[in-house]
Amino acid sequence: MVKYKKQIRIALRNCGFINPENVDEYIVREGYAALGNALTNMTPEEVIDVIKNSGLRGRGGGGFPTGLKWELTRKVDADQKYVVCNADEGDPGAFMDRSILEGDPHTVLEAMAINGYCTGASKGLIYIRAEYPLAIKRLKIAIDQAREYGLLGEDIFGTNFSFDVELRYGAGAFVCGEETALIHSMEGLRGEPTVKPPFPSESGYKGMPTNVNNVETYANIPVILLKGADWFSSIGTEKSKGTKVFALAGKVNNVGLIEVPMGTTLREVIFDIGGGIKDGKKFKAVQTGGPSGGCLTENHLDISIDYDNLIASGSMMGSGGMIVMDEDDCMVSMAKFYLDFTVEESCGKCSPCRIGNKRLYEMLDTITQGKGTLEDLSKLRNLANVVKDTSLCGLGQTSPNPVLSTMDNFLDEYMAHVKDGKCPSGQCKALMSYIINADACVGCTLCARVCPVDAISGEKKMAHLIDDDACIKCGACMDKCKFGAIFIQ
Amino acid sequence: MTKHLKDYNMADIKLPENKIQELKDVCASFNHDSGDLIHVLHAAQNIFGYLPAEVQELVANELNVSVAHVYGVVTFYSFFSMIPKGKHPISVCMGTACYVRGAEKVLDEFKRLLSVKVGETTPDGSFSVSCLRCVGACGLAPVVTVGEKVYGRVSPEDVKGIIAEYK
Ligand SMILES: Cc1cc2nc3c(=O)[nH]c(=O)nc-3n(C[C@H](O)[C@H](O)[C@H](O)COP(=O)(O)O)c2cc1C
Ligand code: FES
Repeated sequence: MVKYKKQIRIALRNCGFINPENVDEYIVREGYAALGNALTNMTPEEVIDVIKNSGLRGRGGGGFPTGLKWELTRKVDADQKYVVCNADEGDPGAFMDRSILEGDPHTVLEAMAINGYCTGASKGLIYIRAEYPLAIKRLKIAIDQAREYGLLGEDIFGTNFSFDVELRYGAGAFVCGEETALIHSMEGLRGEPTVKPPFPSESGYKGMPTNVNNVETYANIPVILLKGADWFSSIGTEKSKGTKVFALAGKVNNVGLIEVPMGTTLREVIFDIGGGIKDGKKFKAVQTGGPSGGCLTENHLDISIDYDNLIASGSMMGSGGMIVMDEDDCMVSMAKFYLDFTVEESCGKCSPCRIGNKRLYEMLDTITQGKGTLEDLSKLRNLANVVKDTSLCGLGQTSPNPVLSTMDNFLDEYMAHVKDGKCPSGQCKALMSYIINADACVGCTLCARVCPVDAISGEKKMAHLIDDDACIKCGACMDKCKFGAIFIQ
Repeated sequence: MTKHLKDYNMADIKLPENKIQELKDVCASFNHDSGDLIHVLHAAQNIFGYLPAEVQELVANELNVSVAHVYGVVTFYSFFSMIPKGKHPISVCMGTACYVRGAEKVLDEFKRLLSVKVGETTPDGSFSVSCLRCVGACGLAPVVTVGEKVYGRVSPEDVKGIIAEYK
């Protein structure tokens, strides 16, 4: 975690401060006190009221009010209900949930038990990605220790409340982060989403009422109960309370996890906490919300981060990935990169998402090859809107966002590819040539030696030449040249 | 993410008896409940290294579901593989953080030096190359893993050395 002012640690309060494999260290820091107090001194309704009044909203991306979700699940009558923790963390470039699970697994177990008490569920399930072996190991240890201490199991804290937690493993499918797909995956099926309603709170795992919350959402619960709704709601903006953890990555100096109060500006995050752009380059854009989000520009740097502001600016909060791009990044390629991801991760159940995203990808590919036309641009926008409006689940409904937001904010870059056959940031391989400036080249032969395909020729101490047909545009020569003699055209 | 059975070179594979028994025991420990199919497949891939048609048939029998159902699940999830991985499975992270920091060039270099495409294994069975979506080590981008070992801040020039470590 990058250490700076402007940060408040709520969800990450214990990460790095306790030994996550020792329940005693969690207990010393008021661990399980919120659960004990809730079970012995409060009714489920009272606990739900605290969560509602705190203003906590889901950190998994949707931003749904957490207290309200708990109340909805509570109100449904059923013999068996389930509490689920969504630890699928599929947004590539984000690792908030992983850090919480690895650094403070008990906070999630405690919050799930509180959730069980409020909703009337006796079983908890954590759906975790198989790619996170350390988090899985720590969760297993934590569950064993909690059972040993009677913090999970029968008659917790001497009350008649019983609750236990089991793990369910993902197997590498982004769409399984979507709650209905996640539930199917937990049932041993293909992780395909279904239409809502019915919402999981009415009919979820095995057809029973199921309350799904994200890891970070859970990590806030025990603190809110200990410190009170007023304390929590005093942090943040009018409609977004508390803090948000972001995984700051890309072209910033300080990469890593940060936790800031809602309402912090993007500028503060990127320049004060993130220490500005790497190698003194110029800021170009920041993508929030992962493949479902959009890119924000210079003009958006001073908006304060909360659910509603980000949506109003054409992006979204998402789960907390924040990727910073500099002047060297081509925005058309960026949109193509995200579409490549969506095409691969689309489950294929609905045609707008399965076919539409593929077509969007192909159009973007044509444009990055310099073969696009103006007509393609309008088709691209049209199709993007169709996919957004007609897809079955959140994946397809948001996958065109990177395309639309780059078109809105960087239309000139699209135009340059289409009209002039140029990639202004020099990233699209098909549109560039590496050239050696004969005046600056001293003939040190370094470039010829690093060239993986031997496309560079020239005598020692004489200017070298790149054979454009053989060149695979890997850029190794330019990275290595000490004299700045190689440039892109 | 669709893969087709015909894409795989399926020689008739004889599964070792002891491993078959091990998998049957796993199925029994889950009470042959098809709701635990994904757990069973994870275990099966651990035992056999991959999930050839023969293993899928065995699982289907044990859990009392159709082979088509098992195949549908196996092909849905990218974690499950129907071809054996190399002795040293190389994965290049193509998550966003790694992509912005040049993961594509690193991947290209692995493909070039080993003469394989993504998802393939070298003819001698020693290396396979695949892509991953974020291993959660974005601070170290670009990230490459070989087996359990993680390499951070990898540049295309480092690739040769990494491969050499396993030769
Ligand atoms: C395509 C897609 C992927 C999602 N991935 C995740 C994820 O990785 N983690 C997560 O907590 N929520 C994810 N969600 C949101 C969940 O569907 C759900 O809203 C969330 O888990 C609810 O928890 P919360 O209210 O605490 O945020 C995803 C949604 C969609 C549409
Ligand atoms: S994007 Fe590569 S480790 Fe996260």
